[in-house]
Amino acid sequence: MAIATAPVVSPTRRAIDRTRGVFTSPKYGPVLVTLLLLVAIYAIGGARYRGFLSGPVILNLFVDNAYLIVLAVGMTFVILTGGIDLSVGAVVALSTMIAASLLQSGTSPGVVIPVILALTSVLGLLVGLMIHVFAIQPFIATLAAMFLARGLCYVISSNSISITDPFFVAFAQTRIPLGGGMSITPSVIIALLVVIVGLVVLQFTRFGRTVYAIGGSEQSGMLMGLPVARTKVLVYVISGFCSGLAGVLFTFYTLSGYSLTAIGTELDAIAAVVIGGTLLTGGYGFVIGSVLGVLVLGTIQTIITFEGTLSSWWTRIFIGVLLLVFIVLQKVLTARRR
Amino acid sequence: MRRVNGARSGTTRKHAARVAGIAAVAALAVTLSGCAGGGGDQAASGPKDAGDIVVGFAQVGAESGWRTANTKDIQRAFKDAGIELKFSDAQQKQENQIKAIRSYITQQVDVIAFSPVVETGWDAVLKEAKDAGIPVVLTDRAVDSEDETLYESFLGSDFIEEGKKAGQWVVEEYADQTEPVEIIQLEGTTGAAPAIDRAEGFAEVIGADEKFQVVASQTGDFTRAGGKQVAEALLKSNPGVDLIYAHNDDMGLGAIEAIEAAGMVPGQDIKIVTVDAVKDGMTALAEGKINFIVECSPLLGDQLVDIVKKVVAGEDVEKRIITEETTFTQEQAVEALPERQY
Repeated sequence: MAIATAPVVSPTRRAIDRTRGVFTSPKYGPVLVTLLLLVAIYAIGGARYRGFLSGPVILNLFVDNAYLIVLAVGMTFVILTGGIDLSVGAVVALSTMIAASLLQSGTSPGVVIPVILALTSVLGLLVGLMIHVFAIQPFIATLAAMFLARGLCYVISSNSISITDPFFVAFAQTRIPLGGGMSITPSVIIALLVVIVGLVVLQFTRFGRTVYAIGGSEQSGMLMGLPVARTKVLVYVISGFCSGLAGVLFTFYTLSGYSLTAIGTELDAIAAVVIGGTLLTGGYGFVIGSVLGVLVLGTIQTIITFEGTLSSWWTRIFIGVLLLVFIVLQKVLTARRR
Repeated sequence: MRRVNGARSGTTRKHAARVAGIAAVAALAVTLSGCAGGGGDQAASGPKDAGDIVVGFAQVGAESGWRTANTKDIQRAFKDAGIELKFSDAQQKQENQIKAIRSYITQQVDVIAFSPVVETGWDAVLKEAKDAGIPVVLTDRAVDSEDETLYESFLGSDFIEEGKKAGQWVVEEYADQTEPVEIIQLEGTTGAAPAIDRAEGFAEVIGADEKFQVVASQTGDFTRAGGKQVAEALLKSNPGVDLIYAHNDDMGLGAIEAIEAAGMVPGQDIKIVTVDAVKDGMTALAEGKINFIVECSPLLGDQLVDIVKKVVAGEDVEKRIITEETTFTQEQAVEALPERQY
C-alpha cells in the first residue's frame, strides 16, 4: 500500500519498505521481534557472565525445556484456532503418574508409552467434543479437564513414585555427544521432531490451513466449506497428544511420577506461545515462534541462576512484562490492518 | 480517491504502529537492563576469600516462615565466610530446581547444595554433577536415591525423630485418660520427606496405644491458608476432636484461626502440637494457643559452610549430619521467645 502512494521507488527504498512491511505485519512482526529479543537477552547474558556464551548453556536450554517445547507446539495449534488449553500441565503430571505406577507394577515401557499417548489423546478428544458439541468455552472445558487430570493423579498415588525401569533410566541418562564436550538428550531430538512435524502440518497441509482459517474467522471458514468441526476437535486431540508426549519426556527428565508436578506449566506454555507471536484470538502465528518463546523464557531463567543473587520471582515478573508488551504489540499490528 | 485516502490513513497508522513497537522494545530493554543491574557487580570485582570457592544453592521456595529463615541464615553464613553463593529459588517446582542445578554444573561451581522439593527423581542430574566432578550436599531434605555416592553429605533434621517427639508428648499428655483420643493430622506437602517422616514417627509412637485414633489426616501443604482451610472442614466433620497435630507451625497457626472461628478455644478445647518453632509459632505457644512444639531448626548455614570447606579441601565428611534440636513447652516458649531470631 505504501508503494501505491510513492510515484518513483528506488530499489533500496523498496527493500527498506519491504523489511519494514515484514516487521510491522501481524504475521511476521511479532516472531521477528521475539527473535531479536532472544538475541538481545542472550547478548546481555553473554556480556555479563563468564561462560554464558557457551555451547552447553545453549544446549541445556533445549535439554531442560524439551517437554515445554512439545507442550508449546500443541498449544500453538489450539491458540491458532482461537481456543486455549489449560489442562496441559495437569495432563503432564497425570502422564508421569501413569508411567511411574505402571512401570512400578512391572509393565513394559513398550506398552506404557503408547497407553499414555492414547489416553491423553482420548482426553483431548473428549475436551474437543465438549467444546464443539455443547459449545462450551474452551477455557471452561479445559479447566474441567485440568482438575480432572490433577485429581486422577492423587487417585493413582498421593506419594511420589521413583522409576527404576532400565529402559527409562537408560533413556534419561543417555547423552548424545555433539563434540567439544557438548551433548544433548534423546528428548531434545524428540522435541525437535515434534516441532518439524508441527511446522509441516501447519504450513503445508489442508488441515493446517483450516486451523489458520478458523482462527481468522470461524464463520468464513464454515461458509467456505472447510471442515471446521472436525478441525476444532482435532486441535484438542493434538494438544492432548502433545501433553502426553511432554509428560513422557518429563518422566525421562525427572525419572519419577509426582502428583504436584508441573503446576502452572500450562501458563508457561501459553506465555511461550504468545511471546512467540501467536495471536491469542487466533489466525496468526508459527510453531517456530513458540519455540523461540520457550527459548526466551529459558534464557531469562538461566540469566537469573547465573546472576545468583536475584530471587527467581524475577522470572515471573519478566514473563509478565513480556506478555504485556507482546499483547500490546499484536493489538497495534492487527489494528493497523483493519 | 477512496484508495488514496485509505493508503494515506494506512501510512499514518503504520507510523503509529512503528512508534508503539519501538516504545515497547525500549520498555523491554529498560526492564532488562534494570534486572541486570541488580547486584551482579560484586561477582566480577569483589575479592574472593576462602580460596575462590563458589557455591550454588538451589532452595525449595519461600513457602513458610521456616524456609525464609533457612534462606536468610544460609545467605548470612556464606557472606560471613566470604564464600560466593549463587542462590536460586525453585518456587516449589522440581523442574526449576533441576534447571538450576544443571546451570550450576555448566557454571562449574565448586560445590552444589540443595534442598530437594521431592524425594524422587534426582538420579539423572546428580549423576551429571558427579561426572562433572562437582560434589553435592543435601540440606534439610533427603533424596531416595539408592546410589549414595551421588552426594557427599546430607545435613538436616531427623524428621522421623521429630514425629516421635510429638507423639511422645501426646502419649504423656493423655497418660491418665482412658477414653479414646481423637486426633486430626494436618500433613505437609504430599510426597515431601518431612510430611512422610513426621507422620511415620508420630504414628509409630501413638500406635502403641489403641486409645489414640487419627480420625482424619489431610494435607495443608505446609501453608497457613492450607492449614486453616483443611482444619475448618475437618472440624465440621469431626466435632469430637481432642487434638490437632500439624506438620509445621504455619498449618498449626491456620488451625488456630479455624478453631477460633468455630467458637472454641485453641490450646484448651482442642490441643495443638506442631513442628518447627518459628517465631510466630513460639508466640502462639507462649500465649497458650499451641500446647507443644518440636523444634526443627532452620539455622543450618554455619554447619553447611563447614561442610563446604571440608569438601573443597578434600576432607571426609559424614554422610549424615543431624542438626541439634530441642522441644518447647508453653513455659519454655515464654523464656525462649525474646531471644528467638526467626
